[in-house]
Formats: sequence, structure tokens, C-alpha cells
Amino acid sequence: MTSVSDPISEIEDAAVRELAVISDATQLEAWRLSYLGRKGKLTWILRGLADLPLEQRRSLGAEANRIKLRLETAHREKLARFEQDRVAQVTEGERLDVTLPGPPLPRGGLHPITRTLQDVLRAFESMGFQVAEGPEIEWDYYNFEALRIPADHPARDMWDTLWIDYEREGRRSMLLRTHTSPNQIRIMERTQPPIRVVVPGKCYRFEATDPTHEWMMTQVEGLAIDDGISMADLKGTLAEFARRIFGEERKVAFRCDYFPFVEPGMELRIDCFICRGAGCRTCGRTGWIEILGAGMVHPEIIANAGYDPDRYTGFAFGLGIERIALLRHGVDDIRHFYANDLRFLQQF
Amino acid sequence: MRIPLRWLADYVDLMLPTEELARRLTTAGVEVGAIISSAGDWAGVTVAEVVDIKPHPDAERLVLVAVRLGDDRTQTVVCGAPNVAVGQRVAFGPVGTRYINGHTGEQTILKKVKIRGVESAGMIMSEKELGISDEHEGILVLPEDALVGAPLASILGETVFDLDLTPNRPDLLSVLGVAREVGALSGSKVRDPSIVYEATGEPIRGRAQVDVLDRELCPRYVAALVEGVKIAESPAWMQQRLIAAGMRPINNVVDITNYVMLEMGQPLHAFDFAGLKDRRIVVRRARRGESLRLLDGTDRELSPEMLVIADADNAVGVAGVMGGAESEVTEETKTVLLESANFRATSIRRTRQALKVETDASKRFEKGLSVHLPPIAAERAVKLMVEICGGRAAQGLIDITSGKPKDVRVTLTQERLQRVLGVELPSGEVRRVLEGLGFGCRWVPPDRFIVRVPYWRTDVSIPDDVVEEIARIVGYDELPTTHLRGEIPPAQRQPMRELRERVRHALAASGLREVITYSLTDLPTLQKVLPPEDLATSPPLRIANPMSREFEYARTTLRGSILQALAKHIRVSGGHLISVFEAGRVYLRSDNDLPHEIETVCAALSGRKPNRWGQPTGEPAGFFEAKAHLEHVLAGLRVAAEYREAVEHPYLSGRTAEVAIDGRRVGLLGELHPRIAASFEIKQDVAMFELDLEALMPHVPETVHYEPVSPYPSVEEDLAIILDEDIPAGRVIGMIEDSHMVRSVSIFDVYTGPPVPKGKKSLAFSISFQSGAKTLTDEEVAEERRRIVQRLRRELGAELRS
Repeated sequence: MTSVSDPISEIEDAAVRELAVISDATQLEAWRLSYLGRKGKLTWILRGLADLPLEQRRSLGAEANRIKLRLETAHREKLARFEQDRVAQVTEGERLDVTLPGPPLPRGGLHPITRTLQDVLRAFESMGFQVAEGPEIEWDYYNFEALRIPADHPARDMWDTLWIDYEREGRRSMLLRTHTSPNQIRIMERTQPPIRVVVPGKCYRFEATDPTHEWMMTQVEGLAIDDGISMADLKGTLAEFARRIFGEERKVAFRCDYFPFVEPGMELRIDCFICRGAGCRTCGRTGWIEILGAGMVHPEIIANAGYDPDRYTGFAFGLGIERIALLRHGVDDIRHFYANDLRFLQQF
Repeated sequence: MRIPLRWLADYVDLMLPTEELARRLTTAGVEVGAIISSAGDWAGVTVAEVVDIKPHPDAERLVLVAVRLGDDRTQTVVCGAPNVAVGQRVAFGPVGTRYINGHTGEQTILKKVKIRGVESAGMIMSEKELGISDEHEGILVLPEDALVGAPLASILGETVFDLDLTPNRPDLLSVLGVAREVGALSGSKVRDPSIVYEATGEPIRGRAQVDVLDRELCPRYVAALVEGVKIAESPAWMQQRLIAAGMRPINNVVDITNYVMLEMGQPLHAFDFAGLKDRRIVVRRARRGESLRLLDGTDRELSPEMLVIADADNAVGVAGVMGGAESEVTEETKTVLLESANFRATSIRRTRQALKVETDASKRFEKGLSVHLPPIAAERAVKLMVEICGGRAAQGLIDITSGKPKDVRVTLTQERLQRVLGVELPSGEVRRVLEGLGFGCRWVPPDRFIVRVPYWRTDVSIPDDVVEEIARIVGYDELPTTHLRGEIPPAQRQPMRELRERVRHALAASGLREVITYSLTDLPTLQKVLPPEDLATSPPLRIANPMSREFEYARTTLRGSILQALAKHIRVSGGHLISVFEAGRVYLRSDNDLPHEIETVCAALSGRKPNRWGQPTGEPAGFFEAKAHLEHVLAGLRVAAEYREAVEHPYLSGRTAEVAIDGRRVGLLGELHPRIAASFEIKQDVAMFELDLEALMPHVPETVHYEPVSPYPSVEEDLAIILDEDIPAGRVIGMIEDSHMVRSVSIFDVYTGPPVPKGKKSLAFSISFQSGAKTLTDEEVAEERRRIVQRLRRELGAELRS
């Protein structure tokens, strides 16, 4: 232990001498602690100053501070040199083969239908639509009757139905919903205009599967009702949707189509992005791809909901997510989606 | 419905190129699904009239022919054909037309050329150039009545539009109906087929009798009588048209009934009058137990819900569906009773479904035909029979109907039109469009149209129906496009949906691959993965008409589906770790109500863990790998779950936990019983977990409440204890966490074996002590640590490990 009376310059000389031969960071830290640390030699002297007479305190203090500054600077320089040496060493001796892979992390992911559905919902949400859901197993009433498709109506052939083995009043009345349209009725039953809702969900059909048909599918229903909604708004909404999902440069076209619960009814088509309208296999050589069905909500349905059909108008649409996913990803067979082949799913 | 274009051209001028016509029809709602052509590629080739012929100034064997085209332009063509003459209708191909070169036989495109110094605007084509035959001696001369300007395909060859029609338009199940659409779309007049004939026979009244006993199911019945017919083949032109439309010619009488059905949309039936007992037709419901041999040769049991056509004694046909074999027209038939009737659409549909026969007649009737149509179609058919079969028509028709059917009138206001379409259309345009479709339209100033619906449009009855008519003919694309304005409705939260999506994303982020499997399954699969008592208390809903046994029940658990997907993945995984999950609904039966649809999540892992290089060389993934994913999800939801050992089919006992929050079960976690795995053809370990999101939801905090970060230092202490092997670590952690001074605790070692006594285990914890109010002193920490150890000793019999 060095006492206050030791000549301060001796401490300085010793420190400088010792520092000169230090060759690694650990020794350097030990050196720092022994001179500059809380219990270091120089610190000790500086602390002892208070006990000295004023004259001595002044000269010794100035000297000690000068030495402290010098040692600190020397320490910083040494440290910097070590750091430099270390970096230099890494580039020389510890070089990595940067082409080697990182250790494996589990790679999960969402199903392509989930992803497409999210994008579709997001497009509508940003236009002020809210997302709601409804039951997959439905009453005939919601799936058909309330949508102006009574029993024995020829339009029933548009939806081949899987029925639940359940009868009420001698009739099958429970089914796997064939479309998301029952939610039009369900939403109108519980809300008042203005309405702006999209309803995603699974639907089911009695259908043999082939490259373009699946018996289970994911649809999104849209419904907007308000005073002053016109077919022009429907066209605008769908055109905007098509652009967001399929790209800014997409052209859209509408044609008349029939669904019992809308009047007028329509189908949205986009220009084929494979052949750009020239006609190819994807678009059935028409240059156009059918995307969804839509129309103005039938005034009878508006009236049945208890809304004033002279004041309130609205539109509804229904689109199939699988079809959109097929088109976006260039998938050639709809059955891939639910076949659960790892090699298919891993691509998304 | 197949519409041969040459037939269509009988009723309306086809002025548009075939492809363009198909496009316009499709846009207007009459979808042309396919254009079937036995003709060549005659794009651009039209009918032209030769109006003048001059000699070529510089070539003896050539002439300059002036042809008049559809738009009344006259063009000059250099021609070398010997048979060209003024007044002929010819096939004109403009520059750019594809044709077969008469000399080389190759497909060529007609170029703009000067022939001996004179420019030719196109060519007058030969049969060879059109690809019809090898005839190249002269040009093809068309019939004199060929319409100038019409596409050649409408005159020559069979080009057929195969229409995909919507069920609301039975009127389009006829060539005439499609002609009316074409007329409206192209501004051409429609020519109705002639129904004028001379009735040279006796009056039908007194010769035949018709009784309609069920006016409800048969609103109109028209009968006509044609005597002295000669049954033979129908003329070639009629046979060709029937074949082109997809029907098989049979004999002249039957062909005429089919022809008129295709032409006008009204199904007809011809009875051999001699085969009708008492010369009577009785329209009635079938008697209980009555049966009938149909035209297709099958014997059918009938029921009183079905309407039949009978003679005095027996049914001779199922009304609107199919005739009977007994009264069929044969070669011996001399007198034909023709039926042209209207039947209740729903009754026809039910009958054909019950009998499982669908005919051209039932397809039309079940969509709702016009009650105006039967007499018109009857007269048309009689006219053709008189002309073709040499028959004498009886005077008059029997027409049984409940009063004269009324015209449908609809009042459409400009306000409504504008409200629906978002644009005001000039009244003149509205009238033009509607009248083009055969509607009557009167503008009643200041603001409304009185619209008379033509009889064949049974689908139009309200103002918005008329709006659609206007819009589809104007073209939807021609109408304005705007963006939604107005109020955005107040938000309504969907907590279940939000939770499911959060869980779905967290699982995918934790490294699981999402699968989506079918919601229907089979009973054996459910039996494999559910405890028998679950199946007994909540039997799955059965599909009444399953597509196959594989998809017969609505699933009550995702386990089966996820294991099937896992097994499929394992087969192609090469031993790598497979981790999958599904988020979907299960369907639990409710009494006399829709089933309870519960959002659930199920995940499964199987395979060896990867080494540094991703090779599957590590331990097989098991309980704890599955738990890691589950903990990741639950931590993200800010819920603290307890795991309690559980026994639960199909999990392996001793490696299964119930996942509970606040004492309530929200899910299960465990390794699959190897026997169950084997039943899915999985021969390696499987770890699974499942969550019932409905049970989980109430425990998920809506928001996170911030807790101030303590500014005071924490003190880290390790603690190792020895205790009975069967005490779960979770209990120890819970007790340590109970201390107010403990900020966090984590376990870092579990050890059994010497020197730890048998039946005991050593657990090591890292504990972080911290106070939010002050810096803890060493003494305070030591004291608290002692208290914890004391409690562990007292309640669990734990000893400090020295």
C-alpha cells in the first residue's frame, strides 16, 4: 500500500513503466484498478489531500491531477490499440464462411387461403367495411327462403346442397351453408342502416371435385345499405377492390347476371393478367376472368328487413377466396388448397 | 341451350360479327359459354351484292366487280371468276381476311395488292378459299335472300352459340327469345314466325274433348287436331336445325313439336288421337297406385302430388315431364292431338325430382312459362304440320283457361331509376331500350314511365326488374362508377374472431405451419380420437346426403383432421420435424337448434429436432416442444395458464396436461398414445395441443396495463432444493412467486440420481428479488429467501441442497 508521503512522481513512473509492458485487456484493467480505480494509488493520494495544509494541498493536488489525466489518456490509448488489434485479429484468424446457413429456426406460416382472405378483408376494411361472421351450419330459411329462393324454386339448382340429417315439419331444414349470403339476412335482422359489412367464412356444396371445383370453399360476402347507395357505388367499390387485390393497372368489366336476392344482378370480371385480354387458357379464351357475383339488394329483402325500400337501397356481393388465390399464385388446381401436401403449403 | 345462328337469322338480322355478338349477349346477361362452329374461320367475311361488272383495263380474263356491303359502301374487287354476275349475293372478304389459297392450299392472309395496276379492296371468295370444299372454278353464290352485310357464318355452315342461361329466363330457352335479345342489342327488328294456316278440317269441338280437373296445376290447356297426317322423316332443313340444336330427329310430327319448342320455348306434345280412349283428354292428379310406362320405356309409380294427362280411363303422360308410350305417335298415326299447355312450375319441379327424369319440357316448365304462349305455339305447330305432314287442321283450338291473362304493367319513376343506377337517363333512351326488348313504354310527365311487360317476360314484375332491363341493354360498363359516400357505421367488435386471428398468427410465428382441412369427416376417425363418452353425449351431426362415407359427419374435434394432415406430411418429410396447426370450428349438436359452433385450435408435432445444420438428428420432439409453442401463444395473449397432469383419450397417460386458467380448462397438451398414432399410420412420437377459444376468451385481457419499472436494483439469487420426485415444479414456482419481494423466478435445473436420494429430485431456481419502493438490503433478501425456504420445507418437505 502506497502512503501519501511516497513521492508522487514515483507512482507516475511505476505506472508508466508497468503500462508499457501490458499486453492484454485483462492486465490493462488490473492496472487501471490499481492506479485509477476506487481504491487505486492515485485515487488514494487525491483522497488524502484533504488532510494536508493548504499550500501542500494546492501543489500536490495540481500534480496529482496532471498525473491522473496523463494515466487516463495513456489507458484510453492502450485500450483503443487493443481494440484495434482485436478487430484486426478477427479479420485475420477468426474469419467466417459467410455462405454457411444460420442454425435452423422453425419455419411456420399461414395457409395461402388465410393470407388471401386477410388481404381481401383488409381491402374492404380500408373502405369502411366491418368484418362479421355467421354460422356454417344454417337453416334453410337463411340460406334460401329469406333470399327469395323458396323450396321448389329452379334457382335452387344453382347451389347443390349438403343437408343435415334433421327434419322439421317433415322437411329437411338444416344444411351446410352453400354461400355466405345468409349473413345478409342475419345482419339486417340485428342492425339498422347504414350498414357496411363483409362476412368471411367456409361454404359447402354437394359437388364432385375437379381442378376448378372444391366442395368446401371460403367466401366473403359484402353488404352495404344506406340512403343513396346506387349501382354506381357498387361498381366503384368492386373496381377498387379488384385494383387493390390484382394491381393498379387491372381493367374491370361488369356484366348482367342473376341471383334471386339482388336486382339488378351482375358479375365482375377483370382483364386476364396472363394474356392481357388476348385470350388464353386461364380466361377461357375470352380475355376476361370472372371474379365475383354482386347486385343491388332486392327491394323485397330490404322491405322484409323492416327498412323503407323507397329510401334505403344497397348492394351485396359474394366472392370466392380460392379462386382469387388460384389466380394470384398461378395455382393450376383448386384441390391443392385442402389436400394438405407439405410441398405445396411450404411455398407460401 | 344451343342456338344455331342460321336459325337465329330467320328472326333477326345478324349484323354483328359473331364474336362481337357473343360478347354483347354475354354482357347483357345471356352468357355465351361457347361458340361451336362447323364453319371455317370466316372472321370479317360478309355477304355482299354484286352491283356492277366492268372489264379490267389491262387483263382480258379479269373483271372489276363493284360490290355493295352492309353499310351501303361500294367497293371494287378484281375478280377472275367466270360465274360472277350482277345481282348475285356473294361472300366478300376484305383485306386482312384469312383464306385458303386456291393454288397452294395453304392458309393465307389477304394482302392489299394491285392486280395488273388496279387495286382490289378484297376478294369474292370461292368455296375452296372458304375451306368448304375443293371447288375453285368459280365464286360461291349465296341464296338471293341472303342479307347484305351479314357475317357469312350466319348464312353458311353451322355456328352454334351454346348458352349458359340463368334460371330466371325461360324465354331464352328458345331461338326466338334469343332473337329478341339480339334485336334489342343491335337495334334490329324481330320477325315473328308465321302462325297463319288454313283450317280445312271440321271444327275441333265435337271431335275431341278436354277436361282440366286441376286448374291450379294446369292454368291453361290448348289442344289442336290435325287429321290425315303422313308420318315420315321431316325435311332435311328441319332435321339439320334440330341436330344443330342438340336434338335427335324422330319423325315429322314429333320433330315439329320439338322444333316449335326450340323455336318458341313452349313444350308441345303430340298424341296419337286414336290411342286416346273416348277421344278425351283429362288433366288430373295421378290416382294413388297409378303407374305409367313412359316414352323412355320405364314404368313409373305415380303419386297424387303429380299431375297427369289421361284419357277417359288411364294416364297417358306425366304433365309437363314426359309422355306415355301408349299414346305415342307411330308410323300408323293418322290423326294427331297436339297439346300446348301451361303447368304450375313448382309442381313440375317436384314431379321431375320425384321421378328423377329431367326433360326439355320439364326444364322449361319448372322455370315458369307464360300462359299467353300455348295458343301461339299450337298454331305454329299446326301450320308446320299442315305444310310438312300433309294434314288437315281442324277448325279452332280447344283452349281451357281461367280467364284471359292480363298484361303486367309496372310504373317506374325517374327517381327510382336514378336511385338504383346512380344516374339519370333521358326518357327517350329508356323508351328506346324497352321498346327494343318488346316492352311497351309510355312516358308520363313529369316523372314516370308506364311499362307494359311483354308476355314472354315472366321474370319482370317490379320497377327494379325494369331498371335491370334498361341497365343491361345500355351496358353496365356504360353506367357511371362512383365511390361510397355517407356515414361509416359504428364499429361492432368481434372478440372471438379477433382472438382466433391473434392465436392463428402467434402459432404461425412460433413456427407452426397452418393447414386447413375439411369440416366433414367419418365416424371411424371420430371414434379413434374421442373418448366414447364424448361421442355418446355429443353425437356428431350426420349429413343426410353425403357425397361419400369419408365426409358423412360434421366434426366435433379437429384432432382427426390434424392427425390425417400430419400423417400426410410425415410421408414426404424425410424425418424432419413437422409442426402443423389448424384453427377451425367444431360443431356440437344442440336440441332442435343449429349446432354450437366452437372455434378451436389444434396443433401437432412429430419428428426429430434439428442439429446446427438443420439435420433431423436430435431427440424426437415431444411434450415440451409442443408446450413451447403453446406457451408462446398464451404469453402473447398475456394469460397465465396452469398445467395439471391429466388422463384423457387419445393422449398418453403421464405425458398429458390439462391447460387451465383460473381453474377452468381451456385446452389439452400431451403426447399422442402410440396406438392411436399407429391407427393414423404414424409410427413415430406425436405431441399435440388443443385450445377451446370459447373457453379461453374470457381470460384474455383486453388491454395490457402498464406497471412502472422499478428504479431500484434487483438482487439475483440461486436456490437449489431437494424434494419428493412427484411434486410438480409448478407448485414450487408458484410458492416462490407468492413472495412479494420476488420479481421473477425461473427453473434452470432438474436432477435425479446420486447423490440425490432415490425418490427425490433436485430443482434449481434463479430468483430475482426486487422492490418497487427501495433498494433491498442484503439482509432483507436473505431474510425473504429464508422465509421461502421455510415454506417449501413446511408445505412440500423440501430441503436446501447443500
